[in-house]
Amino acid sequence: MNDKGKIIAGVIIFIALVTFPFWYSMGKAAPKPEPVLTPQALEAKACVRDKVWINANHMQLLNEWRDAVVRDGERVYVNLEGKEFNMSLSNTCLDCHSNKAEFCDRCHNYAAVSPYCWDCHIDNPKETK
Amino acid sequence: MEDSRRNFLKMAGIAALGAGASPVLNAFAAGGGPAATPKTMKGKDILWAKQWGLVIDTRKLTTAEDLKPLIDACHKTHNVPFIDPAIVGHNRHEIKWLWQTGYANAFPDLEARYTHEEVETRPFLVLCNHCENPPCVRACPTKATFKRPDGIVAMDFHRCIGCRFCMAACPFGARSFNYRDPRPFLAETNLAFPTRTKGVVEKCNFCVERLADGLLPACVEASNGALVFGDLEDPASEIREVLRTNYTIRRKVALGTGPAVYYIV
Amino acid sequence: MLEYAIKGSKAYCAWMTALLGLIGLGFGVWLWQFNFGLGITGLSRDVSWGFYIAQLTYMVGVAAGGVMVVLPYYLHDYKAFGRITILGEFLAIAALIVCLLSVVVDLGQPMRILNVWLHPTPNSVLFWDTIVLNGYLFLNLVIGWNVLQAERNGTHYPGWVKPLIYLSIPWAISIHTVTAFLYCGLPGRGFWLTAILAPRFLASAFAAGPALLILLCLLIRKVSNFDPGREQIQALAKIVTYAIIINLFFFLCEIFVAFYSQIPEHTTHIKYLFVGLHGHGVLVPWMWASMILMATAAIMLVIPAIRHNEGVLAVACAMLFVGAWIDKGLGLISAGFVPNPLHEVNEYVPTLPELAITLGVYAIGALVLTVLFKMAIGIKEEVRA
Repeated sequence: MNDKGKIIAGVIIFIALVTFPFWYSMGKAAPKPEPVLTPQALEAKACVRDKVWINANHMQLLNEWRDAVVRDGERVYVNLEGKEFNMSLSNTCLDCHSNKAEFCDRCHNYAAVSPYCWDCHIDNPKETK
Repeated sequence: MEDSRRNFLKMAGIAALGAGASPVLNAFAAGGGPAATPKTMKGKDILWAKQWGLVIDTRKLTTAEDLKPLIDACHKTHNVPFIDPAIVGHNRHEIKWLWQTGYANAFPDLEARYTHEEVETRPFLVLCNHCENPPCVRACPTKATFKRPDGIVAMDFHRCIGCRFCMAACPFGARSFNYRDPRPFLAETNLAFPTRTKGVVEKCNFCVERLADGLLPACVEASNGALVFGDLEDPASEIREVLRTNYTIRRKVALGTGPAVYYIV
Repeated sequence: MLEYAIKGSKAYCAWMTALLGLIGLGFGVWLWQFNFGLGITGLSRDVSWGFYIAQLTYMVGVAAGGVMVVLPYYLHDYKAFGRITILGEFLAIAALIVCLLSVVVDLGQPMRILNVWLHPTPNSVLFWDTIVLNGYLFLNLVIGWNVLQAERNGTHYPGWVKPLIYLSIPWAISIHTVTAFLYCGLPGRGFWLTAILAPRFLASAFAAGPALLILLCLLIRKVSNFDPGREQIQALAKIVTYAIIINLFFFLCEIFVAFYSQIPEHTTHIKYLFVGLHGHGVLVPWMWASMILMATAAIMLVIPAIRHNEGVLAVACAMLFVGAWIDKGLGLISAGFVPNPLHEVNEYVPTLPELAITLGVYAIGALVLTVLFKMAIGIKEEVRA
């Protein structure tokens, strides 16, 4: 068997193809997204939990809210400070963050995630009115 | 990990059964005042029951015009689309939660050859019966359709895989499927309630979102007293009083599903 | 062993290319369906299951039919079938792949399919159906592969395979029983609400599955140097004969119960199929064709002189296979929904995109079958040379 050349060429082509996205995007990193807070959100100062925690865990929180509301019929969330919130993406989260495009979408686009929340939940109560 | 508190408590509960670890559990459950961990609960205004039920007094709803405000209230509240056959060319993608049909269609097993003239032409409201023993819940492979403790047969649109087993299982034709994106077919949108996505089943939810706020279902509110909603398990409820004093029928009782919607004819 | 499937004649390459083309077409149309929703099919609010689920039902039967060569060989020590058990097992694998894909293309939210196992629901028959279908696929893969490898190496298959073989026999019965339970346990669907549905499914399975196997055996003899054997084909033909007669008998039992009792819930659906209802009867010619095909095939098969002639036998098997397909793959599912629970008649006709997707699914099954059979035949040719 004397396929050494073919095999090595094949391996090189394979590695080149697989790593192509890295070469292609090198030095073209997208800028860190800056979500915009609405005046209402600025005034409220705090979300239902602290900002760092929300940054990291809002998706899990929304999943818990979803199950609590839909499956257990529990719609009130009491946070660490004892403050109560109506667990509703459209009516609570987006009431404050009524700028989905500058708030939600910026980070989601940066992270290349497309949550399917908006297939059903109306994405911007304030603007579609 | 305070956020997995719910799961943790479930696990702790299971552990407590085996290991007698109830003191640990008590330590968690104790305390009041400002919440040490976030929690979820029912709202103060919520209307709750053991088995919600509905009585429809068809004597008070004798024409299509009488029914229309009820159907419109339901469909507008829940963003139920009108997929116009004139636009899409057929009626296959129709979605309806509450609609009208004839006596013989609603009660095919009670059809009489010679019957009351007025009843024969009277329109009947039909909807999900929120059965006591729902075959759709039995069929669903993901628990996307489930029976809540208050008797409502509810749907979790997030979990539905769109297999439509529930539609085959329902003997009342109460369920619709989103064969396409429903949003382009909404004339107006109720911003407080979600729409649906393509590929999931939907049906009447007995207005769980309104009950949570202490409101009666939209159709009941729009009915001028023709519809009575209440707890079938509470002998002191208004609905039980209505059932005690009126002769009522239910759809297809022979199938044993225990419909919670009653009709005064 | 897969290397056997890579090389082949020109005709083989052409066949595989054609299948790949159909798969590509089907996949493209499926992407459209994925994007638009199931609205590109002929399904409706009233007829919510159609062509896709019907193919699941029919091919579950073909998969279960494979057990008709496994059972006589392993339980009754009928040595002749030793030559072709592998064909039965591999046919089951391909049929199961068609079944599982038919379910996937029928889902409104296919991305959420794992919810079935993330939220296991033992009260749902569909949950059990996914388990028995995947389990049977797994069993046949493991058994088929090991037995074939042993044959190639001239050894006996490992001992641990034997219990799996025994397990696969009742498991074959279970796949079609559970699939029948999808339908026959539903209140208010009078057409399916019959305890004989599972036995009837099995009877048609044990007719259609081995009938297809006979056709495949005759084809293999033509295109390869491996002869599945005349005795084997004749034994299969006897199985097909019994099964099709039992299937027709069960059908007549249904007709008797429905029409002697004259309970409308049970008669209306059958009337819809065979004479039409309220002027709707799109399936009427199909259903009569199905009955004529199956009955004629049964008569042909029951006469020994005809059955022994392999050319005519092939015709009878093809008629039976098509007749049973119309019965199960066209009539059975949509008739359960017509008339609807409010006694309204809304008919169902599959659309072209729906047919294209189904064709793509079948092409995947045919591709898998070709690869597996090519492998098995290659090894058998080699061993016998």
